[in-house]
Amino acid sequence: MQWEIVIGLEVHTQLSTSSKIFSGASTAYGAEPNTQADAVSIALPGVLPVLNKGAVERAIKFGLAVGAHIAPRSVFARKNYFYPDLPKGYQISQFDLPVVGQGALTIQVEPLSGNVKPYEKVVRITRAHLEEDAGKSLHEDFHGMTGIDLNRAGTPLLEIVSEPDMRSAAEAVAYAKNLHSLVRWIGICDGNMQEGSFRCDVNVSVRRPGEPLGTRREIKNLNSFKFMQQAIDYEVQWQIDTLENGGKIQQATVLFNPDTGETRTMRSKEEAHDYRYFPDPDLLPLDISEEWKAQVRAALPELPQAKQARYVKDFGLSAYDAMQLTNALETANYFEQTVGLVGINNAKICANWIMGEINSNLKLMVGDVNLDTCPVTSSQLANLIKRIVDGTISNSGAKEVFRAMWGEGGDADTIIEAKGLKQVSDTGAIEKIVDEIIAANADKVAEYRGGKDRLFGFFVGLAMKASKGKANPAQLNEILKRKLDGAK
Amino acid sequence: MLNSSLKQLGEELRAKKISSVELTQIHLDRITKHNPQLNTFLRVNHDDMSLAQARAADAMLAKGDAQPLTGIPVAQKDIFCAKGWPTTCGSKMLENFIAPYDAHVIEQFNKAGAVNLGKTNMDEFAMGSSNETSYFGPVRNPWDLNAVPGGSSGGAACAVAARLCAAATGTDTGGSIRQPAALCGISGIKPTYGTVSRYGMIAFASSLDQAGPMARCAEDLALLLNVMAGFDTRDSTSLQRDKEDYTRDLNNPLSDLRIGLPKEFFAAGLSQDVADSVYAAIAEYKKLGATIVDISLPNSRLSVPVYYVLAPAEASSNLSRYDGVRYGYRAPEYSDLADMYEKSRAQGFGEEVKRRIMIGTYVLSHGYYDAYYLQAQKIRRLIAQDFTDAFKQCDVIMGPTSPSTAFKLGEKGDDPVQMYLSDIYTIAVNLAGLPGMSIPCGFGSNGLPVGLQIIGNYFAEARMLNVAHQYQLATDHHDRAPKNIGL
Repeated sequence: MQWEIVIGLEVHTQLSTSSKIFSGASTAYGAEPNTQADAVSIALPGVLPVLNKGAVERAIKFGLAVGAHIAPRSVFARKNYFYPDLPKGYQISQFDLPVVGQGALTIQVEPLSGNVKPYEKVVRITRAHLEEDAGKSLHEDFHGMTGIDLNRAGTPLLEIVSEPDMRSAAEAVAYAKNLHSLVRWIGICDGNMQEGSFRCDVNVSVRRPGEPLGTRREIKNLNSFKFMQQAIDYEVQWQIDTLENGGKIQQATVLFNPDTGETRTMRSKEEAHDYRYFPDPDLLPLDISEEWKAQVRAALPELPQAKQARYVKDFGLSAYDAMQLTNALETANYFEQTVGLVGINNAKICANWIMGEINSNLKLMVGDVNLDTCPVTSSQLANLIKRIVDGTISNSGAKEVFRAMWGEGGDADTIIEAKGLKQVSDTGAIEKIVDEIIAANADKVAEYRGGKDRLFGFFVGLAMKASKGKANPAQLNEILKRKLDGAK
Repeated sequence: MLNSSLKQLGEELRAKKISSVELTQIHLDRITKHNPQLNTFLRVNHDDMSLAQARAADAMLAKGDAQPLTGIPVAQKDIFCAKGWPTTCGSKMLENFIAPYDAHVIEQFNKAGAVNLGKTNMDEFAMGSSNETSYFGPVRNPWDLNAVPGGSSGGAACAVAARLCAAATGTDTGGSIRQPAALCGISGIKPTYGTVSRYGMIAFASSLDQAGPMARCAEDLALLLNVMAGFDTRDSTSLQRDKEDYTRDLNNPLSDLRIGLPKEFFAAGLSQDVADSVYAAIAEYKKLGATIVDISLPNSRLSVPVYYVLAPAEASSNLSRYDGVRYGYRAPEYSDLADMYEKSRAQGFGEEVKRRIMIGTYVLSHGYYDAYYLQAQKIRRLIAQDFTDAFKQCDVIMGPTSPSTAFKLGEKGDDPVQMYLSDIYTIAVNLAGLPGMSIPCGFGSNGLPVGLQIIGNYFAEARMLNVAHQYQLATDHHDRAPKNIGL
């Protein structure tokens, strides 16, 4: 009998404010330990939190982007527990009244294996709330003691909670990737997973189809899509094996070990904290006016789905192409800049070049590459496409120009000139070549005219060779056909 | 001079009849003499900073750009962080904590050119009504050395009453300014919640804590409040209002004043001599032209239980930061992290603080939150509504500040509930966020002072100070000083 996998995600996105959520200390990554720990970050006696409006604005942006209800009034609450990297002994978070309510994210799922085609799915978002990050405990280099770095303490986070709508590791990864793309798209998070700017907790359970939800286990703190998939695969198999062997799943929090590829229990439900949430009396309720919401909405970039619809309608692209071109804001911007330079009628050829040559070359580069840092700019690409469209160069010539641009830079026209890639589009010159070939191959001409149509390719080959490959193929075809058939 | 009002002292300083250094030194000398007995100051002239401030004040006075409080020695409750000063909050937990920054209140006094004379003793983390919970020993009542001064601002009240400072600051979460003011025979006001920034004031119960001045008369309080009040972006609960002059209404007549007397404040539990003095004060107000209105605050009887859910709940969380990790007391020996937390907090906090952390943790716990915390919040709103209704009929509410005069040291030490009832008339005011004050209105049969509580509507401080000042013009209870303090 089949098992159904049920997955929900809690994603901590680090908001891209320059100062902390409740103090003016810097949030920059990588500083010397505790150099960005001000009085509030250390939780000195008598200090008080003051809310960073920039963090709220980013939360509103996210809410609007997923069509969620923005709470006109939300409340900060204290989550109480003791840990050395939690300086106040409580984390300021939101509990029963979060800033962002129910919304939804449409995701594109690319199945990880099998012959299933890519498909779209709507994942419901339960809520998103603002909270502060904790510091870090450093367990190395302290000779049996623990070091505490409070630079990260107080960094603003938006915790985005989904409904348990995912039914496979592929869907969970697709959701995470789409969410990752969206938060970068709307500019609320840098998405840097190595630096912990985008951390995923994955709730996994299995059940027989049609039955109530199984007991879930939560895989904490996954910071790569690859690990997420491995962790889910391992966890699902472990749960199925356990159940099929007559065991029961206990609610628990687990950690994934990338070295072994296994998950292991960190704490069971019995060991779970009682966080004693209550409204933080140091902070007033967070009121968001319609006016503020409208301002944020006006500043929001066009969202991926709106762009996709526009690309299909105005540019005549396929839905698949439109989706590919909106996987990141940089890609969409690059595409739109290129189209802006070559005209809407040539949108398809722009799309093909970006998804083809550009994309495959980018993939070969190392480091954090995207179309903002692409060696070939949109205006360079546009000039190249113009020369393809006006017949100056052939497709194969264009690829050669592109390779030169990618490697050494330079403008299309200069490279075409330097490499002598210009097509012969001069009708007189092509006619002269064709006439010579007809004259020199009288026997074959006779055979062709006698009905041996497949000889046409033979004449094209000879003409191309004679033109050293530079003859405009369309023109050549037209002239050759006219001259050969004319006397049929 | 030791009995002079702040206005008189300011005039004398500006007239160069006395310098700030001389005035400060006189008080320092008095503290040296009387503090061993009274235990009211935990630290004075730390690193010579008080005298340095006095010298700076004298320079300002010499240049002629003095403000009303320039050069005046003020005692600061040890709950306010003052840069470079030990700031203990009356606790072993912070015995060695030197504040690296100034509280808003301290900044305001510094800007006004006042002299920080020293830090006053207090109940540990402001939890107490007798000053007996201080890790540094109890403060004595200058009127009777065997009696308590009240709390938690007992050191401040004692210092003002014993003429060891010209004025003092206090904080009031459930009566901690008003009750010790009453028990020591001085004046004190807790303004509307949000009037004085809590930045740098060590938190006990954030939604109730409010700082205010303590002095010998209402006119002094008005001058002090002018310095202390004001919007501060660093405290999100600070109120954004125009700066006001709290002295502006001091001399208004009281002919149109309507005084509400809540029947609940004169019921069983009130000692006869306190009742007598309060009724005598009411009679005096009638002579001044006021009319009396009988009112009721039906939910005020629930104030003490509601307070002892909400205040400990907030405190249990506010005091979590004292974990021995970054600053403050850490147990000398421990086996692991949990043991370090447990031992540091068990050894660093006193019994009353631990009791309240336990209560607060309990009422916030899963399964109890709705029954205690949420229920208490609902009743808190009802209590506030009682006052809103009452202020439709009267301008101020009057009654006793505390049910009795100062009780003996150790008298209520074994019975927390009896101790908590000492604040039965003051707590409702904090729950509602209203301004409340206490002024001396007579003496009990034991010769100890009695306080009259005046409660105003939100932002009615100027009116309340006017009401108190007019009474003090007509009476002399506030001018009386304890014997045996070398005057």
